[in-house]
Amino acid sequence: MITYIFRRLLAGVGLLLVVSMVVFAIFFLVPRLAGTTADGLAARYLGRAPSPEAIEAVKERLNLDEPITVQYGEFVKGLVVGTEYDSGTDVIECSAPCFGYSFKNNTEVWPQLIDRLPVTASLAVGAAVIWLVVGIAIGVLSAIRRGSVLDRVAMMTALAGVSLPIFFTGLVSLALFSYYWRIFPPGGTFTPFTENPLAWAHGLVLPWVTLAFLYAAMYARLTRAGMLDTMGEDYIRTARAKGLPERTVIGKHGLRAALTPIITIFGLDFGLMLGGAVLTESTFSLPGLGKYAVDAIRGQDLPVVLGVTMFTAVFVVVANLIVDLLYAWVDPRVRVGA
Amino acid sequence: MTAPLDVPGAAETAQPEAVAALAKSSDRGRSLGQIAWMRLRKDKVAMIGAGFVVFMALVAIFAPLIVRFLGHPPNEWNQEMIDPILSTANQPWGGISPDYLLGVEPVTGRDIFSRIVYGARISMLIGFLATLVSVVIGTVMGIIAGYFGGWVDAVISRLMDIFLAFPLLLFAMALVGVIPDAAFGLQGNGLRIAILVFIIGFFNWPYIGRIIRGQTLSLREREFVEASRSLGAGNFYILRKELLPNLFAPILVYATLLIPTNILFEAALSFLGVGVEPPTPTWGGMLSEAVDYYNAAPNFMLAPGLAIFLTVLAFNLFGDGLRDALDPRTQS
Repeated sequence: MITYIFRRLLAGVGLLLVVSMVVFAIFFLVPRLAGTTADGLAARYLGRAPSPEAIEAVKERLNLDEPITVQYGEFVKGLVVGTEYDSGTDVIECSAPCFGYSFKNNTEVWPQLIDRLPVTASLAVGAAVIWLVVGIAIGVLSAIRRGSVLDRVAMMTALAGVSLPIFFTGLVSLALFSYYWRIFPPGGTFTPFTENPLAWAHGLVLPWVTLAFLYAAMYARLTRAGMLDTMGEDYIRTARAKGLPERTVIGKHGLRAALTPIITIFGLDFGLMLGGAVLTESTFSLPGLGKYAVDAIRGQDLPVVLGVTMFTAVFVVVANLIVDLLYAWVDPRVRVGA
Repeated sequence: MTAPLDVPGAAETAQPEAVAALAKSSDRGRSLGQIAWMRLRKDKVAMIGAGFVVFMALVAIFAPLIVRFLGHPPNEWNQEMIDPILSTANQPWGGISPDYLLGVEPVTGRDIFSRIVYGARISMLIGFLATLVSVVIGTVMGIIAGYFGGWVDAVISRLMDIFLAFPLLLFAMALVGVIPDAAFGLQGNGLRIAILVFIIGFFNWPYIGRIIRGQTLSLREREFVEASRSLGAGNFYILRKELLPNLFAPILVYATLLIPTNILFEAALSFLGVGVEPPTPTWGGMLSEAVDYYNAAPNFMLAPGLAIFLTVLAFNLFGDGLRDALDPRTQS
């Protein structure tokens, strides 16, 4: 077990390295390949219409004239031990973990990320609870009543759910429940949980349901397919033959096996979402990580985009790691195999 | 990994004797492809989906013709339709009339119908091309990983895991943000479309790759591959002439199911303002402009939203039907 955990940890660190390289390549290598000069690249880090002096300073600070490997080294160093952006005349400190520095707004990105994390986490956790419960329940019911009216209606709804863009369902729900019926507050309202838990939940109901609708549809389809596969297995027949109640057969034998692939996908989905439910946050104007990144793109504040992307990647890697460990706990074969 | 039994689609040429035995007297002599086609035609829901897909493709192709007879130029401002104070349509129902089939946009008075029709072009073009990129990369990587196995498989599989872990939407936004206005010999919307196709296609290939790898793993153990090898066929010949034709069915199914995903992705990028540049009409872009008017002009929000929904749904219905028709395990 210990070696297994150790190996997964090592793989996680490796994955993080690869992801950081790709993120870095997107921001620093691709523009070069596309023919951008160091000056042009520096300008992209400053917002619209920067002065020549400012461009020169950013070029110095980010070592844009140096080889790409040196730049990557500085980037990783910043993440691990912090770094200093030296323009020759003055120095900007960026303490570890340095997820970049917004030259446009003169702030470090890391504290901003931490500021916005509670919003995104509130959104992601609430939505995840709804979609897991609803999605898996509907998937199981559909599978055991295959071909029934319930199954058909549920699967058509699920298909519609995965075909609807979230920014459309979000707008429609805002128009209906916030504008016409005034049951829920309009977009852009977020109350921290610590301030007023009721207002917190009230303001998040619409985003939760909108986001959960899409994922519940996906998970219902997945659960149904998985259940149909496992319920055809021999050990299900054995369980029934030895007289177990149907509840136990479905719950302990069928669902447990069908859940393993869903855990994997959930880890990925949840990790990605913690890094910013970009579309939902934009639609409901929630001041989370995703909205932060979108606003930064609009304002050409690239260090912020880089920071959010890297932050998300960390979440995905950590989520993967947790899923791997969960696997070992749920399924003994994994431990032995390792 | 020997002698797998259920390989959907793989049986197309591999098991002629099984087909003959299973087929009813009226089916005698038909290939599995023909049987699949017959089953697909009986699936009404899938055929409706297919019909709508064809319809949208025709709309996209003949957009200029349709707009000439039924609408106004998509980028033409029609300020005479706009109330100067409210800046929404001065007619009831958001300006919906025989002249403006879906009404007019607030502020500009542009014809929503024409913009929806032209928007189909971007959605379909990027949806198809991006899927093509994914399918080509996914098939090549999947078939190589599955056929050669060993360390090649380990490397490619790991690569697929890594790709699936990427925050795709953020990457796409970042890439659009860092690439200059003219690059790789392209500029303007040509460049934007190329970037979008590349990003969407390039980061989605592992979905196809995983499926193709799985299918190849079981196919390569089959007797006809063994026979080909014993006749002296090289690896490349076996990959191209023996394996690839048998992978046609899963490739077709998953390509059909990837197109709607890619259309949604393009719409999302346009919604976020990093898609094709305005004033070129896109469905996602129209929705993002409709955000401020969802109460004053619901038609402005509903038109592009429903266009995306119906197109994506149609592709999904058709893809699901195609998968069922080509899967020998589902018997009707």
